[in-house]
This record gives sequence, C-alpha cells and structure tokens, in this order.
Amino acid sequence: MKVELRGIKKCFGSVRANDGVSLTVEAGSIQGLLGENGAGKTTLMKVLSGFVSPEGGRILLDGKEALFSSPAQAIEKGIGMLHQDPLDFPPLKVLDNFLFGRDSGFLLKRALARKELLELSERFGFTLDPEAYVNTLTVGERQQLEIVRLLSLGVEVLIFDEPTTGISTPQKATLFATLRRLAKEEGKSVIFVSHKLEEVLELCSGVTVLRRGKVAGEIAMPCTSEELVRLMFGQVITTHVAEEVSLGEPVLELRVWGVHTYRLDLSPVSLQVRAGEVIGLAGLEGSGQRLLLRACAGLIKPSRGSLFLRGEDMSGKSYQKFLDAGVAYLPAGRLEEGLIPGLNLAEHFVLARREKAPFFINWALARGDAGRKIEEFNIIGSPSTLVEGLSGGNQQRALLALLPDSLRLLLLEHPTRGLDVESALWVWDRLLERREEGTAILFTSTDLDEILERSDRISVFSGGKMLEILDASQTDVEQLGYLIGGNRG
Amino acid sequence: MEITLLIRILSSVLANSSPLVIAAMGETISERAGVINLSLDGSIMLSAMSGFAVAYLTGNVVLGFLAAMMVGALMALVIAFASITLHQDQVAVGFVLTLLGAELANFLGEPFVRRPGPRVPYMPIPLLRDIPVVGEIFFRQDILVYASIVLIVVVWFWIFKTQAGLRLRGVGERPEAAFARGVSVNRLRYLYTVVGGALVGIAGAAYSLSVKLGWSEGHTLGNGWIALAIVIFGGWHPFRVAFGAYLFGVLISLGGILQRSIPGVPTQVFQAAPFALMILVLLFVSGGALERLLSLFPPRMRRVVGDALRVAPPSALARPFVTE
Repeated sequence: MKVELRGIKKCFGSVRANDGVSLTVEAGSIQGLLGENGAGKTTLMKVLSGFVSPEGGRILLDGKEALFSSPAQAIEKGIGMLHQDPLDFPPLKVLDNFLFGRDSGFLLKRALARKELLELSERFGFTLDPEAYVNTLTVGERQQLEIVRLLSLGVEVLIFDEPTTGISTPQKATLFATLRRLAKEEGKSVIFVSHKLEEVLELCSGVTVLRRGKVAGEIAMPCTSEELVRLMFGQVITTHVAEEVSLGEPVLELRVWGVHTYRLDLSPVSLQVRAGEVIGLAGLEGSGQRLLLRACAGLIKPSRGSLFLRGEDMSGKSYQKFLDAGVAYLPAGRLEEGLIPGLNLAEHFVLARREKAPFFINWALARGDAGRKIEEFNIIGSPSTLVEGLSGGNQQRALLALLPDSLRLLLLEHPTRGLDVESALWVWDRLLERREEGTAILFTSTDLDEILERSDRISVFSGGKMLEILDASQTDVEQLGYLIGGNRG
Repeated sequence: MEITLLIRILSSVLANSSPLVIAAMGETISERAGVINLSLDGSIMLSAMSGFAVAYLTGNVVLGFLAAMMVGALMALVIAFASITLHQDQVAVGFVLTLLGAELANFLGEPFVRRPGPRVPYMPIPLLRDIPVVGEIFFRQDILVYASIVLIVVVWFWIFKTQAGLRLRGVGERPEAAFARGVSVNRLRYLYTVVGGALVGIAGAAYSLSVKLGWSEGHTLGNGWIALAIVIFGGWHPFRVAFGAYLFGVLISLGGILQRSIPGVPTQVFQAAPFALMILVLLFVSGGALERLLSLFPPRMRRVVGDALRVAPPSALARPFVTE
C-alpha cells in the first residue's frame, strides 16, 4: 500500500512537533525516517498510526484520503506501529497477547489462534512460545510477537519506531532480515524510524530527514553519511571562535579507562583535561558520550582503568566523594534527574547546600537567598515557584544557579537543548565565566555549531568508541560529519 | 474428630463464607480492571443495613437484595467517577467512603436495630441432599451459598475464557496497549467497578438477611477489610480468592474448637492467627522463596506450579488512564 502524508501539522503547547511534514512510502520499500531526538519523528508516526490526531494535513492511502481517530481504526485501514517500548501486555501470555484485540465472538478461540501464531512465526523464523509470559521475553522477541500479531490483522504498512534500541546484535540482524523480507517478499510498506545513520544506510531504499519538526530533505539510496549528517544538523557556517584561555594544571585524567553497561560498552579511552579547558563531545546520541559524562561524575563505576582528579585516584570512590572533589553533572533530563518536581525553588536551594546545614531551616533566610539567586540568574519565577512550572530555559537557569560556587570539573549534557538563541548565549556566558575561574568543562551537544564554536578540543564518538580528539581550530563540520558517520579519520 | 462434627464444621464454613466470597469476587473484577474499591467495609455495612431495612419494610427478601445491590453499585460509582473521570486518588476516596458508609449505616439504621425480620429461606436440593457427606455439606444450604459457588466459576470463566475477560485483564494490566487495540478503557473500568460494587452490595445483604440476621450498630464491621485482604491473598484469581475465603472460614472455626480444647492459650491468639498466617503466605508467594522452591521441581512442572502459585497485582491498579 502506498502511503502519503501531506503537510502534517501538530503542536504540543508552544512546541511545533510537526510543522507541515510530508512523506511518501511506496509499497514494497523500506523508507527511513531520520532525525535527532525531538525532531518530530515519533509524533509524525503517531499521527499516521492513529495515536495522535493532527491539527492539519492529509493522509492518503493508495491515493485515497483516509481518516481515522484511533490506533484501532488505523489498524483496520492497514497501518500498524511497533513502538520503541513494545505496546503489549507483559503480565499476559504470548498467546493471549496475540489474541487481544481481534474480534472472534464471545469465547477465546485459543487453539485456532495458537495454530496461526505458530504458522506465522515459523514463516519468519521466529521461535515464539505461545505459553510463555511476555515479561520473560526479550525486547527483540516482543517485537517479533508484535510483527506477527499485526500481520495476522492484515496490516499493509508497518512502522518501526527506533526498533534497535535495547536489542542485541544478533537480534538486530534477525530484525533487519525480517524488515527486508516484509518489504521485498510480502510487499509491505515499511517505515524505519531511527536516529542512527549506519542503520538507515544499511537498510533503507530512501530516507526522509526531519529537523525541528520540518522535512530537512529527502534522499534516495545510495548516499553518503556526510550528506545525511548535513541534513540532520543543518548547514554549518560558523567556525571556531572560542577565545584563548591559558590552561592550568590537569584536572581530570583517564588512564586506559572503559565503561561497561548492558546496552553499550565504552571502549577504553585515555584523556587528560586541564583546568579551564572546554571539551566538546560530538557524536550521534547513544554513542557513548553520556556514559563518559556519567562515569566521570562518579555515577557509573568504570569497568577498567583509573580516573584521577587533580592527581588523586578516584577509582571506587562514592558519588559524594566526587561532589566533594568539586565535580558537578548537569543531566539532560532536567525534571527527571536534575530537579525535583513538587519542590519549589527555595527548597531546591536549601537542598543544594553542600556545607553542614543546621537542623532547622530558616525559611525567611532561605527565601532571601533564593530570591538573590533568582535575580542573579534571570530566572522567571519566585522562590515559591514549583520547578515543574518553569519553562525549559528557566529550568536550565535554575540548574546552573544550583551549582556550587567553586568547581573543578563541570559535566554538561546538552546544556542549551530547547533554549532560544538568547538564553543559549546567556548560558554559555555563565559557563565561560566558570572556565576563567579554572573549571574544566566537558559537554555533549547535538548541535555541531555549538561544539565547534565553544570547544578547545573536540572528541568524536561513534558506536561506543572515542575515535579522535581534534583541536577545534583545526577542524570543520565536514570532517566532524565524516567521523560521526562512523568513518575512521 | 468425629465425621459428623467435621461435616457440620465444613457445612457451616460454606454457609458463613458466602458473603465474603461474593464481596471478594466483586472486588476481584474491579481490581482486575484497575480500580481499587477500598470502600468495601463501608459499602457492605451500608448495603447490609439498606437490604435489611427494605426487606423488613416490604417483607420481601428479593427487594432487600435489589436495594443492597443498588447501594453497593452507587458507592462504586462514586469511586469510579472520582478516580476515572476526576483522576482522584482511589485510596483516599475509598477510605473516606468507608467511614461515610459505616457512619451512615449506623445513623440511618437506628429504627431497625434488633428487629426480627425476614430471611433467605433454607433451600436443600432434593435428591442431591441425600448424597452422603457431599450432600450434607453442599446441598443443604440456602440459595446464597449455591449462587456464590456458581459465581466463582462464572467469574473465572469470564476472566480467562472469554474475549471480554481478556479485555478486562488488559485494561488492568496496560490500558495504553488495550486502547491501542480498540478497547474503550474508561468505559470498561466504569462497568466493572459498578458491577463489582453491585456484588459487594449483595454480600452486604447476605449478612443481614442470611448469615448474621438483622441489623445492629457496626453489624458487619471489619468484614470488608477481610474481603480486601482475601483478594490480595488470592492473587486476583477467582479460585484462589475463593480458597482464601473458605480457608479463612475454616481457620476461624478451628480457632473456636482449639480454644475450647486448649483453654490456657489466650483467645486473642486464635483470633489473630488467620491474619498472621495470611501475611506469611503472601510473603511466600510474592517473594524469592517461591523461585527457590520452584527450582526444586523438574523443569517441565516448574511452569505449571509457578503459574499456580505466583502472584502479581494488575500492573495498572489504581493508575488512571489518560489518552494523548
């Protein structure tokens, strides 16, 4: 079935998640939908699969306009979506999951469904046990169950939203083989949503790139990863402008140091960061930058090697010791990790105090202190404003205001994500003040402009490896894009 | 122990447990749909009073049951409205209704205290009643007992064998996924909460019109909490919930007997024993001990035994469902 989306519009509050997006998928092909987190991919796919009703635009199926207002109706029209976190019933058995949502009268026809389930999964080489509970299955197997279920409902269009997140490498190979088979042999239209370049390059016959809710471009395969990077991140015009600061003593040193987690391994890296130095961590999201930041903050224990802070070996030390040593980490999840929803600004400032606090809180004093910080950091809010009531930019300002006065090492995840240009500039002015005081800064960003502009050195990550450490004044966006795409320098 | 004594105990356990079984079945289907009706103790009390009052005034037991059903359903409707439509905390609303129901029952029931009233007639079943032992235990009861046993089977069949039951389970486990598959989540939740509440109402009238005749202040106090505990004990599975209700009845009777034969032990020990036992069983079925026990079984049996013993509440219990 040929799918055409024309001028889809959807806003969430003031955020334009989809701003006139069009997309065409031919039957029997795999179309990639590429874009950074927050580019509007998932919203667009939720519109197509009936989870979200658009504020404008049309959906054409085989040239005929289709209207539906729920996922069930979308499935009736032949459109099924596999969600990043499979939308199934973990406490129920595989067979009951398969049966759920098909109308077959009053009684459950288990024997019939079991036969169909086994036949379909055999056709694709899946091994699904009908009697197993879904919560004992891996994410890969749950995807297989969803594929089989949607096919049995007669779906002609399958949407895969970031399907490779959380599955193992062999499962990924099986998944890709299945997707190819669905398109080539079964003639289905497959939409593959991802922010991973190499997967899109490997699998798709065409790619649509979204950026900030708009189509940044459409390319037919084959193409190069640089072209895709350029579309994802935009044309970059700026060059390196970071002013020279005399660097001090080494603050952070990593010696053959690696991190191991369930999803991603960070291969051993060696790195030395000096006081006042700014290092930008470039790469597609999930390539290992976040692991490096979290491990440097003392939140994850490295699997090997040692970490020195100003010459002191911090291996095995607690997060508290890292804080005492002058390390601070600003996570990207402002409300999830950075702030405490339900508490107001004054309460946050009291909590953030590192020095020995008296048993009773002098609230008049605390509100006064908070008021001063609020003024100093231009936060639009009062000491009694709950943090969830602040806008994204003001939450970021609050996080900066909560940092202790003197820091040795500041680790930032997407410090300006979601901020307007003015706020972003303001944030960087603050950070550069810190840098002049001798704080070393490591930050991640999806904005290559920002990385080039603000860093002294840039380290590029790809698939859990730190590829290169480049001098920011000696590189440009072409080279970064080339490296980010997974090519060795 | 003489066989006649045993028969007498089992027969009375069966009779006395029927309100508890009916209430626990009602609560089971509400909670399976994701709504905790915590008002059980107050609901049972108010419906027991209303059922008795209506039966007393009209002389008609059936009308009494209908009134009690309405009261139970109405209480549940308040919970459903507050939690499903207004997204209020189910526990808080349920708790307030518990207190309200009990106090209202005491206040409105004053004219009916210790009045002799109608009762559900004794209804032995011809022929079956004459089967030795079985007939004496099961078939010399009133209609409530028969109905409660049928109810257990119907609820089990509904939940596990029908399309509608699968939807009920899905709504309580992951409403987002149920919605994606075309289920009207909140409508189903309303339906099962109200039906569950109606059953709780019947349970109330079953006290005042059969098991504990008449009305007095605090007539059924505490039984609602026991029913709630039994639902958890039974792991939201109708057969195990029923087993829990009967086990509770047996333990209470045994307590009475043991107390007579070992007079040295304080009576409170026997009254508290069933609850302590329940906590122990709960710890066992929800903790790591079960997995260790299962590893002793041969692999082929592990799944069957595990399925029978493992307990987990509906994942979306007490969680409101909001569409995007």
